Amino acid sequence: MAASRTFRVLPGFGLSLGYTLAWLSLIVLIPLVAVFVKAGSLGLDHFLAAVSSPRVIASYKLTFGASLIAALINTFFGLMLAWALVRYSFPGKRLVDALVDLPFALPTAVAGIALTALYAKNGWVGKLLEPLGIQVAFTPLGVLVALVFIGLPFVVRTVQPILEDLDTEYEEAAVSLGANRWQAFRYVVFPTVLPALMTGFAMAFARAVGEYGSVIFIAGNIPMVSEITPLMIITKLEQYDYAGATAIAVVMLLISFVLLLVINGLQAWTAKRTGRER
Amino acid sequence: MSIQVKNIRKEFGSFTALKDVSLDFPTGELVALLGPSGCGKTTLLRIIAGLESADSGQVLLDGADASDTHVRERQVGFVFQHYALFRHMSVFDNVAFGMRMKPRRERPSESAIKAKVTELLKLVQLDWVADRFPSQLSGGQRQRIALARALAVEPRVLLLDEPFGALDAKVRKELRRWLRRLHDELHITSIFVTHDQEEALEVADRVVLMDHGKVEQVGTPEEVYRHPASPFVYGFLGSVNLFHGRVEGDAVHVGDDLLFRDKVAFGNGAEVFAFARPHELNIVIDPQETSGVAAKISRILAFGVTARIELDGLNGSTGQLFEVEITRDEVARLGLEEGQAVRLLPSRLRVFEREKAAIAEGSAPNWVI
Amino acid sequence: MSGAAAVLHGVGDQAGRFESKAATREPKLVKWAILGTSLTFFAIFLLLPLVAVFVEAFRKGWEVYISALIDADAISAIKLTLIAAAISVPLNLFFGVAAAWSITKFEFRGKHLLITLIDLPFSVSPVVSGLIYILVFGAQGWFGPWLAEHDLKVVFAVPGIVLATIFVTFPFVARELIPLMEAQGKDEEEAAVVLGAKGWQTFWYVTLPNVKWGLLYGVILCNARAMGEFGAVSVVSGHIRGMTNTMPLHVEILYNEYQFAAAFAVASLLALLALVTLVIKTWVEHQAGKANQLSEE
Repeated sequence: MAASRTFRVLPGFGLSLGYTLAWLSLIVLIPLVAVFVKAGSLGLDHFLAAVSSPRVIASYKLTFGASLIAALINTFFGLMLAWALVRYSFPGKRLVDALVDLPFALPTAVAGIALTALYAKNGWVGKLLEPLGIQVAFTPLGVLVALVFIGLPFVVRTVQPILEDLDTEYEEAAVSLGANRWQAFRYVVFPTVLPALMTGFAMAFARAVGEYGSVIFIAGNIPMVSEITPLMIITKLEQYDYAGATAIAVVMLLISFVLLLVINGLQAWTAKRTGRER
Repeated sequence: MSIQVKNIRKEFGSFTALKDVSLDFPTGELVALLGPSGCGKTTLLRIIAGLESADSGQVLLDGADASDTHVRERQVGFVFQHYALFRHMSVFDNVAFGMRMKPRRERPSESAIKAKVTELLKLVQLDWVADRFPSQLSGGQRQRIALARALAVEPRVLLLDEPFGALDAKVRKELRRWLRRLHDELHITSIFVTHDQEEALEVADRVVLMDHGKVEQVGTPEEVYRHPASPFVYGFLGSVNLFHGRVEGDAVHVGDDLLFRDKVAFGNGAEVFAFARPHELNIVIDPQETSGVAAKISRILAFGVTARIELDGLNGSTGQLFEVEITRDEVARLGLEEGQAVRLLPSRLRVFEREKAAIAEGSAPNWVI
Repeated sequence: MSGAAAVLHGVGDQAGRFESKAATREPKLVKWAILGTSLTFFAIFLLLPLVAVFVEAFRKGWEVYISALIDADAISAIKLTLIAAAISVPLNLFFGVAAAWSITKFEFRGKHLLITLIDLPFSVSPVVSGLIYILVFGAQGWFGPWLAEHDLKVVFAVPGIVLATIFVTFPFVARELIPLMEAQGKDEEEAAVVLGAKGWQTFWYVTLPNVKWGLLYGVILCNARAMGEFGAVSVVSGHIRGMTNTMPLHVEILYNEYQFAAAFAVASLLALLALVTLVIKTWVEHQAGKANQLSEE
């Protein structure tokens, strides 16, 4: 009689999904659960004390403050760079386009020492800033520079395809209706790229909050001044304070999850606004 | 090979795609599954192919139950709506695919494959594109390659899902004739799905009309066109005029106008739908005439052999549009003008009781074309 | 979070499309201002650090450079990095293909949740990624006592480094393949099955050729991250020279010991790897773009 309900024309559903779930659980889910289990055994008082000591609080301020400013800088310049890459022809464009992804490909430790060498007092950039009384390396400003470096491609790469897909007709329509160039950008182009721009911003921010390798060299890691939150976890681990490290990790994980949800929401919005798959 | 489907049911979540469908497809015929989108025709085709499974019911191929036979073993040829040609393979490799996938024992030699592919490409008149890739072909060419690919495995039946759906009007027409001729040569049992009534009537030996997951009528093109079995079929095949009538004695009235007087099978006071094709309506200009439905000519289109007259209903049928086809000579003889008030008298009429047709009305809101 | 899938289509300079039309063209002055600002920003923040790596690496000449690379500890760090990548990349490749197949070719509940979970490692801080394995396999972790009993070492040993590397590179292949295979639908696979192809034949002859560029793209990004990962590996490695040091960790040690030239020498190898990755990536994009163009003509 009738075939069973699990009928499928293409083979391998059980195998591929089973393998996917097993590997995902083994590598990702179970270890992540370990963090929460460990934190749960901590007791609320101990937990709160660990995540709200003055030194840790100072690290939150630096991490989130610098990440926010870096993401804003990247949003502004990233949009500009994406615009230049899509709208203008210029010599070396292909090279620039390819190198935008450098922060994805360059190991963070390499970026970290390179930025430190550039911005140290005797470095190429540091030398120029020294007379102006600006110190970058080993200050919170250094943290900001590193976070700008690692966040830039996120904005460019989310905005660029949207700009590429944008039909010239929209701006022509705007102009034919009497808009000037700025109005056409402000009221026609900008609203179209806004969801992607915000997605790029959120991705750059999320990446910056968790970043470690490129920051620790240039930050100087002065307690209460230039210590980032991921470094606090390492510091606790080096003191064999596993409980304290886990507590801070829980805070960071929760923030990551929230950011992940925000980014997913923004991507859905982008897809809706532009009618393209994410 | 003959195909039978028995009591097929299929649901997608809360949507019932097929409600207890039973059909016979005799050997060697070319059958069209015709219906509006969402009527279940493609689902039925995919169930026959084995690409989808029915919730209950049976598919019999040559009398043998095939419900548990995997699509791979059913020996059906399936032509997908968007062709599904393998984009990274040349035309030759596409057509040869089915033969090359066979187990080593059954696989023909490379030279036999080459001969077969060449023969098939000749059959579809495209032997000169063997080395091209699907992206380098036109829509009509892709369609023919998809057909050649399906035929390469020597299927017992050929199933085509909207075979002309993605083509432009001119190519469509050519391919229609070509498919008919091809079928006359091969005589392989074939079923194709379409939503285009002209296509179904012109190409098929037999037409299956479907609506809302049910079969409405089965018959030759002439049968279904001349004798529609339900209001749905009437509305779906060709242009038709609809009158909302009421039975009074032995007559059908529309508002106060008398539409038709003859033996009517329905009881006094029954609400009915009455259908007449555009050529089955006569225009009467005599102001003394009292029978017929009053209407006003809104437009006369007289550029063909026959003239098309568009009318707005008056009195009881106000707000309705009618269409009449008469010869241009007749237009001249009657001296018809736009804006003129006339009466419409049917020479032939099909009457359905309204309650039984209630479902059909919802499905075809634009009956009167 | 690479957003790279989006770049896979659309290759070639289309700027002419905008520059040739009055309505989509800015005044010259505005154009030069935008170009000047954005390229200056690009040069300072992206180009300069890259150049600095190579300049610093050769500051003390070829001899110091070479000797930094043939140092025994450097060699063992290079070896370990290659091993970690050689294990984690194929595993994640296999996982990515399986995940993409189940997600794009079948309907089931919780699909979106599954996709989100696969992406999870990208949003976790590298340091936390390392920490989780300490909590599972470390001395005080779930399996710590058991491992100690059987004289097995995971944390502060090679297995821990491999695990951390797998974690941080987990989504790369899957997230390139899923949108690609989703967009291609399953018509071609169904056609293959109707024509008599078996499961693996369908996958090998129909699915795989259609996604090969996306697959390669995911693999090279996965590899770059696997070789370059610092934070997560740093947590689980224990920094034992010649034993559990990968290249990025070796760079850190040299740098902290003020052997700047040596640190940059090793770093230059990693930078070279990054450049090669970008070259291959650009080439793959070009190929994928060509293939795309062909199938859309």
